[in-house]
Amino acid sequence: MMARIIKNGDIVQDEWTTLQLAEGETPEAVALPAGRVIFPLPVWQARKADILARGESVGLLLESNERVEELAADLGQFTVIAVNFPKFVHGQGFSTASLLRQRYGYQGELRAVGDVVHDTLFYMKRVGFDAFALKEDKSAEYAVDKGFSVFSEGYQASTDRPVPYFRRRSA
Amino acid sequence: MYRYDAIDRQFLQERVAQYRDQVRRFQSGELTADEFRPLRLQNGLYIQRHAPMLRIAVPYGQLNTEQLRKLAFVARTYDKGYGHFTTRHNMQFNWPKLEDTPDILAHLADVNLHSIQTSGNCIRNITTDHFSGVAADEVIDPRPLAEILRQWSTFHPEFAFLPRKFKIAISGTRQDRAVTWFHDIGLHLVEGKDGETGFRVLAGGGLGRTPIRGEVVREYLPWQHILTYCEAILRVYNRYGRRDNPFKARIKILVQALGMEEFSRQVEEEWAHLKDGPATLTQAEFDRVAAHFEPPAYETLPADDFSFEQHKHDDTAFAKWATRCVHAHKVPGYAAITLSLKKHGHNPGDITADQMDVVADLADRYSFGELRVSHEQNVILTDVKKSDLYTVWQTARAAGLATPNTGLLTSIICCPGGDLCDLANAKSTPIAKAIQARFDDLDYLFDLGEIDLNISGCMNACGHHHVGNIGILGVDRNEAEFYQVTLGGRQGNNAQLGKVIGPSFAAEEMPDVVDKIIQVFVAHRHADETFLDTLDRIGIAPFKDRVYEGRAHGASKKAERKVA
Repeated sequence: MMARIIKNGDIVQDEWTTLQLAEGETPEAVALPAGRVIFPLPVWQARKADILARGESVGLLLESNERVEELAADLGQFTVIAVNFPKFVHGQGFSTASLLRQRYGYQGELRAVGDVVHDTLFYMKRVGFDAFALKEDKSAEYAVDKGFSVFSEGYQASTDRPVPYFRRRSA
Repeated sequence: MYRYDAIDRQFLQERVAQYRDQVRRFQSGELTADEFRPLRLQNGLYIQRHAPMLRIAVPYGQLNTEQLRKLAFVARTYDKGYGHFTTRHNMQFNWPKLEDTPDILAHLADVNLHSIQTSGNCIRNITTDHFSGVAADEVIDPRPLAEILRQWSTFHPEFAFLPRKFKIAISGTRQDRAVTWFHDIGLHLVEGKDGETGFRVLAGGGLGRTPIRGEVVREYLPWQHILTYCEAILRVYNRYGRRDNPFKARIKILVQALGMEEFSRQVEEEWAHLKDGPATLTQAEFDRVAAHFEPPAYETLPADDFSFEQHKHDDTAFAKWATRCVHAHKVPGYAAITLSLKKHGHNPGDITADQMDVVADLADRYSFGELRVSHEQNVILTDVKKSDLYTVWQTARAAGLATPNTGLLTSIICCPGGDLCDLANAKSTPIAKAIQARFDDLDYLFDLGEIDLNISGCMNACGHHHVGNIGILGVDRNEAEFYQVTLGGRQGNNAQLGKVIGPSFAAEEMPDVVDKIIQVFVAHRHADETFLDTLDRIGIAPFKDRVYEGRAHGASKKAERKVA
């Protein structure tokens, strides 16, 4: 059974699988599966040509400590970038998303994966995530219903509203 | 003060709804305790020794009387009739029930109070000088920019889950009264060469387990860039601050690891991308916010008031209070006053619901309906006519709010400590009370002059012990409570950390230890010297010698071991 994700406010079947390196496998030698695959950054870096030669859409997985700067030139290659939250309180991914969207102009799907809980969805949407692989035991229906509309506005400039509220205030 | 508009109020209502839903999901088991914990902390709710503790934000220390009366209502209705003011201008309630907290926050939201980001690893309440707007030595009123920073930091989507807590203090005076050198970001409002307003930006300061004085990131930043510059600092911190060890996660550790030169380079590089972007402040926004902080309708008065002078002459108790608790004001004929929450024998910083009502009445009648909370855990009325001071004093005295000890030895900054706080290694308030009892002679206290004594019940340093002239830190030694003493700490422009004098002491020894320290000061002081002056002149050794006289420690202990 395919997992479900939330994408652009709807619950949809996930068409992607994520390549995970088993014990002893290396980025250089791991077999590259066919289909829509999200590759860890080290695999992408080691096997860029092989991955592109598959002729399929490519996804990339960024861990929380991996720097956007290092793949800036490759961003046009990805249909999906998944940013992992190892714990929902580990917030590096919010900066990763801000940089991808605001500085590097990444337009593809930006997906939050890992410890993605109801209570961070609003902030995630604000910094530019548009897809969410909610933690398994959490209700996707409740998330879609309530998670993205906790606050009706935001004071700050961010991806979803690049102009801060103070510049949009009616006098 | 800043009056919330429709959007500011809407955020508070939405926050209450969000929190109510989180409590509901926790109670129904949809949220685990581990998941609920960071969420409740971002609403100031701790689970403590006896009950939850709820911390209410008092942004940059400013309250109106409607808000204070609401805090009194909450204290009576949901707590045991009192609250506690902290060193970061916040109010803590120590006995609420978890299930009541959504209702408490709903009541508070009615008067534009909240507990947003009063704990957790996020940007905390912005603090400033408690005399801002009226201080005689003020260069620039920090409150409009503090309010702009409050809004920017509220629900900031990128910086809600930082490696660790993040505290910003802002000061606009010649003498720093906001402990800016010991904050994650310290901001000094300064006049630039062109007469424009700007900031000196400090970063990497902090007390706690690893106390470090902040360093200058940028000597001058035009005010329009404050939000983008803070974003640059926060982004560098959020990306590269450590998350593997909570004790190494504050920005000060990152700054130390990189060195300020490299840290500053990274911030400037990040800022180059953000500079002049849409988050750059506009004059229109500054003017909109600053209009809320226009001076109240002061009367035109002579600088000196005859009745005030007469009452000081006739009533020595009033004269004493006036010496310690009446402060210089920009406007002739007015004064700022401290209502001391440091009455001997009471928990420092605690205020009863009845006292809150008295303060609210005084502020309404005599100080334009507003008040401040100081980081020294007192209440300040900023705009009292000198001709009203005697009447205000009489009312305050009757309510136990006129102890004339501000700045003196017994005006102790003190955290709630091990009686209530789950983090504490040791009790703190009984030590404060025992020291107050030992030094209960007001004439003697006046003779000793200004001495800051600060007590923390653990190394988290909520009682700012590192910057007390005399600092006392509760430590756990083989599961017993002991107290370590530091000397020479200080706030202000030359803020410094105190130095540990030696091995720690048992609780019952502490009044004697402080007494001995004071005796050394009295024996060595020159006329007109403060405690710090004498300490700086003679050094720490005479104090150590006296305190540890007859006790085996240091060199003598080593010698003893050798003999054995």
